[in-house]
Amino acid sequence: MRKFALLATAFALLPLAQAQEPAAAAPAEEAVAIDWAHWQAGNEIGNTASLQRGARNFMGYCAGCHSLKYNRYSRVAEDLKINDGQLSEYLLPAGSRKADYIITSLAYEDGEAWFGKAPPDLSLITRSKGSDYVYQFLKTFYADPATPTGVNNLALPGTAMPHVLSDLQGVQRGVFRTVESKGASGEITRSEEFVNFDNPVPGQLTAAQYDEFVRDTVNFLDYAGEPYKAKRIDLGIWVTLFLLVFTGLAYLLKKEYWRDVK
Amino acid sequence: MAATPDSVPAAKKGGFRVWLNKRLPVDEFVESQLTGYYAPKNFNIWYFFGALSLMVFVLQIVSGIFLTMHYKPSEAEAFNSVEYIMREVEWGWLIRYMHSTGASFFFIVIYLHMFRAMMYGSYRGPRELLWIFGMVIYLALMAEAFMGYVLPWGNMSYWGAQVIVNLFGTIPVIGPGLVEWIRGDYGIADSTLNRFFALHVIAVPFAIALLIALHLVALRQTGSNNPDGIEIKAKIGADGKPIDGIPFHPYYTVKDLVGVGVFLLFFCGVIFFVPTFGGLFLEKPNFEPANALSTPAHIAPVWYFTAYYAMLRAVPDQQMGALLMLCSLVVFFFLPWLDRSPVKSIRYKGILSKIFLTLFVISFIGLSYLGLMPAEPIYVVFTRIFTVLYFAFFLLMPWYTSVEKCKPAPERVTYHA
Ligand code: HEC
Ligand code: HEM
Repeated sequence: MRKFALLATAFALLPLAQAQEPAAAAPAEEAVAIDWAHWQAGNEIGNTASLQRGARNFMGYCAGCHSLKYNRYSRVAEDLKINDGQLSEYLLPAGSRKADYIITSLAYEDGEAWFGKAPPDLSLITRSKGSDYVYQFLKTFYADPATPTGVNNLALPGTAMPHVLSDLQGVQRGVFRTVESKGASGEITRSEEFVNFDNPVPGQLTAAQYDEFVRDTVNFLDYAGEPYKAKRIDLGIWVTLFLLVFTGLAYLLKKEYWRDVK
Repeated sequence: MAATPDSVPAAKKGGFRVWLNKRLPVDEFVESQLTGYYAPKNFNIWYFFGALSLMVFVLQIVSGIFLTMHYKPSEAEAFNSVEYIMREVEWGWLIRYMHSTGASFFFIVIYLHMFRAMMYGSYRGPRELLWIFGMVIYLALMAEAFMGYVLPWGNMSYWGAQVIVNLFGTIPVIGPGLVEWIRGDYGIADSTLNRFFALHVIAVPFAIALLIALHLVALRQTGSNNPDGIEIKAKIGADGKPIDGIPFHPYYTVKDLVGVGVFLLFFCGVIFFVPTFGGLFLEKPNFEPANALSTPAHIAPVWYFTAYYAMLRAVPDQQMGALLMLCSLVVFFFLPWLDRSPVKSIRYKGILSKIFLTLFVISFIGLSYLGLMPAEPIYVVFTRIFTVLYFAFFLLMPWYTSVEKCKPAPERVTYHA
């Protein structure tokens, strides 16, 4: 009985001990760092309205610099159920024909000269780096007076891309803290660790609206990376149902034939 | 009254069939190879994978033919032509995913097929040649898959080709010249892509088809082994047929149909829902075009080669690493003569055989996993342990199969209806 009581007090004290320990070790402003590297885009490839908004976003904010060289305007319109009138009015740049591929008017050399690096074609970006990555990239620009563009990015540090969505998002300020770690030979190295954002210059959109904007854009890029993706998944359901029936019938047939094997 | 079959004139009944069989031994073939070919009645699920390998082979050939109609084997056009297939060719995406997923599934079924042979001692006399043909098929398949992987000309295609082709450079004396001869240029280039295309679509598939034919002829000659590892030909009934055998057709044709259904459920599940399989079946860097100036952060071959790749990396000296890799493949050929057990099947072998086979499987899977990971020190340690266990399975086999205590193999196969 005594033993049990001791044990019980020990357990009761445990949370206290745990709560005290970090507080003693670190300064008071210690905050949990945002885990931006695990943010997920959560885009829905079957959501046509979202894809349409994404196409509009892309043509409005990205197509000035980036191409989608494997996608045609006409095909995008067809897949995203955008009619001819809307296509010419909102998406098709002046001078382009419907059957053209989506090629930016920014010349490669100009891109290199202006940004130090030509903006890459984005038709396979969600396939080579993933939708989540693009989502993280578009949401982690922060002010950095040390760079030529005045911004930096957590997903692609030192990026040459300006924060072209700063009108919408505003410019967030990154909050960093200095962490010290002991190296192998005992020397202490200091490095900056990202903690979170604060948003001193608000944009036209609220945080939730901006999130939606980015998600739609990523969704469209996901579509552009594999235009048949939504159809593939739809068809897959029918194929699976067919195969279940087929396998079931094959099994019955096998049972019937094997009845006489003793 | 309706005409009974008997009332039909004989000549008319067999008209075309008789005509045909006088010219081509169709009935005779069906009789000797299918309806009159007796297979053990106690096959379990492990015996599906031979027929499935054959089916995947045919699928690869057919989907490959359609890909070839649109693919362009040149440095400038290869990558674009694959995207063209994915986006603008009718059903091109399906054909391409069938082929890319098929490559991975080919290795899955082949690995299970080989593991079956290792469990039930199917490599042992009188099936040594059958096993050797199988091993040659496996090597040819590796070459086929490697060259196919280069064709889309993505960045991993390029750098993978670089690493693998350079392995030939470790051969003493002739190495450097040989590498240049294989590439046809000073680096992986247009000429390399062109010749890999030729080999991938004609030479190697043709060789594999011939080898499959030899494999099956050898199988017909000895008859199948079975999970009990005993010869059904040893017990012949009054009708001259093995008592424990049943005609391949219709029994195993209908049974294989069930296997085909289940296989296709998995296969189509990947094709339609997860065609890249999280970057394992189609690697992410391969969605960027080949770029001699930008090495992928981490070069790894596709999963089916990573066990060997891990061994290669576990040795500090590249030449020794390549040699070790070669040995890890060659040693399979000697399996029929390394096994000294009085019984064939793992069911009746002793505890040591069971332990070593289990360790071998763990090592192979472990190595495959480690080959996908970056070569960090802790991984290298594990890779070395697994490599030792891998070789121990083979090299200690003459010892552990002859000292362990086995159960007697049964007289008749175990079968519960
Ligand atoms: C003013 C020109 C410009 C505009 C407009 C622009 N970008 Fe960029 N973008 C760039 C440049 C330059 C780079 C190359 C950055 C680098 O590699 O450092 C780039 C790179 C990227 C990358 C690749 C990041 C990587 O890891 O390689 C993505 C994704 C991207 N942009 C998305 C977008 C999206 C989405 C939009 C529209 C909302 C957009 N960009 C608008 C100039 C632009
Ligand atoms: C394209 C590749 C291959 C095809 C199409 C193929 C086909 C077949 C078929 C149809 C069978 C009979 C059915 C069965 O036992 O499952 C068989 C048996 C066998 N195969 Fe293969 N095979 C291939 C590759 C291999 C490889 C790589 C090996 C081993 C290195 C191998 C070793 C064997 C052995 C030992 C048997 C006899 C098994 C037994 O009777 O227990 N085969 N093969």
